[in-house]
Amino acid sequence: MKKNYYQPEDLKKFGSISEWNEDLGAKFFDYYNSVFEKGSLTKREKSLIALAVSHVVQCPYCIDAYTKDCLQRGIVKEDMMEAVHVGAAIKAGAALVHGVQMMNRHDQLSM
Amino acid sequence: MKTKSLKAQNNSLSKTEKQLEILANGIFKDGSLPTFKKKIASNNLPPIRPKKLEILQLNVGYMCNQVCAHCHVDAGPDRKEIMTYKTMEQILKVIKNTKIRTIDLTGGAPEMHPEFRWFVEELRKTDVEEIIVRSNLTILLANKKYNDLPAFFAKHKVHVISSLPFYKREKTDRQRGNGVFESSIKALQMLNKVGYGVLESDLQLDLVYNPSGAFLPGNQAALETDFKKALFEDFGVKFNQLFTITNLPISRFLDYLIASENYEEYMHTLVDAFNPSALENVMCTNTLSVSWEGFLFDCDFNQMLNLKVDIPSRHISEFNQDELKNRFIILSQHCYGCTAGAGSSCQGSIA
Repeated sequence: MKKNYYQPEDLKKFGSISEWNEDLGAKFFDYYNSVFEKGSLTKREKSLIALAVSHVVQCPYCIDAYTKDCLQRGIVKEDMMEAVHVGAAIKAGAALVHGVQMMNRHDQLSM
Repeated sequence: MKTKSLKAQNNSLSKTEKQLEILANGIFKDGSLPTFKKKIASNNLPPIRPKKLEILQLNVGYMCNQVCAHCHVDAGPDRKEIMTYKTMEQILKVIKNTKIRTIDLTGGAPEMHPEFRWFVEELRKTDVEEIIVRSNLTILLANKKYNDLPAFFAKHKVHVISSLPFYKREKTDRQRGNGVFESSIKALQMLNKVGYGVLESDLQLDLVYNPSGAFLPGNQAALETDFKKALFEDFGVKFNQLFTITNLPISRFLDYLIASENYEEYMHTLVDAFNPSALENVMCTNTLSVSWEGFLFDCDFNQMLNLKVDIPSRHISEFNQDELKNRFIILSQHCYGCTAGAGSSCQGSIA
């Protein structure tokens, strides 16, 4: 076994997950590729959403892939960082909104 | 930003043998990646053979007012290689005796050649349909003597193709040098003023986008839309088409890839993106490159690797169309640059 959980070269092997379950693998990649086709949203918009989500789910492979994808689409670094902040703000908000639950519980338990 | 060519720096990568050695060894020797020839064979594709010769690309010299970080020519102010009058006459003789549709003048900055204007005028007297000048734009403002070039181009209906890596200052200046973006915009405005790139005119002005780093160019049509919108809204600049060109792993770009530890990943990217349908239209099938010394090459990249055409008559003075038509194209791993994704050529994407 390698000493790190994440290996940069593993990204290239993503497709190999189909080897152990061809049917589900094919379904996933088919779905994945369809999602990123141009729809109501442009490919550029989808790339920025993917970049933001990559940060929120903290997937190093996704960050690697979508930083490069954004560069190829001519998206400037300022726009990329702005997208990351959108993701981060939602993540921070998601943590903080639970503060209401904490306040409710606090008040319920307190005299 | 470096201001000297690799040659002037005595960098080992200025030697073509060294570049070819890198491209033949490492990941291509240990079998991590297939060589370009093997890749073609494993896809059951035939070897690349020339079709009808349509474009003669003339490199009139390596002298340039810029020292761009990605330049495959290793051009710059310190390069003195320049085409002689005699070679230009030999070229004109060949053009008069063959049916070549397009002459594509490149360099360096071709406008810096002392015989540039005379040569364009002589080319116009031939039956050639199209004369392309690959202009770096900043040359138009580099010296007073070049300021009237837009009018000269217009008079001779020159098709101007210019590099502009991005529609924003930062990325352009990082690749091509400080102040290049501002000068390029001014030059584009000068070209627009004499009728280039505007709807009601037949004066063609195209731009070339190449990625400012170790990644492939995106979709040509999408980038053209972005460029057109941004350049018009911000600067009132218009142009006809945008050509996306992939950076090939030779010369200064190879030096960058190695120094930034991107070489192996970039080669993987190129090989993974191999597109068999791009192979059919690679520019070596309809273009021939002539060096400042008058030697013949399958393309400008092979010229920079000193890989002359694989036939006995290798000089413009002994131009032999039959030999050229039946030749095999010389390949190495840099050729992956022309077949990756949507493909790449001096006329943009090809697949």
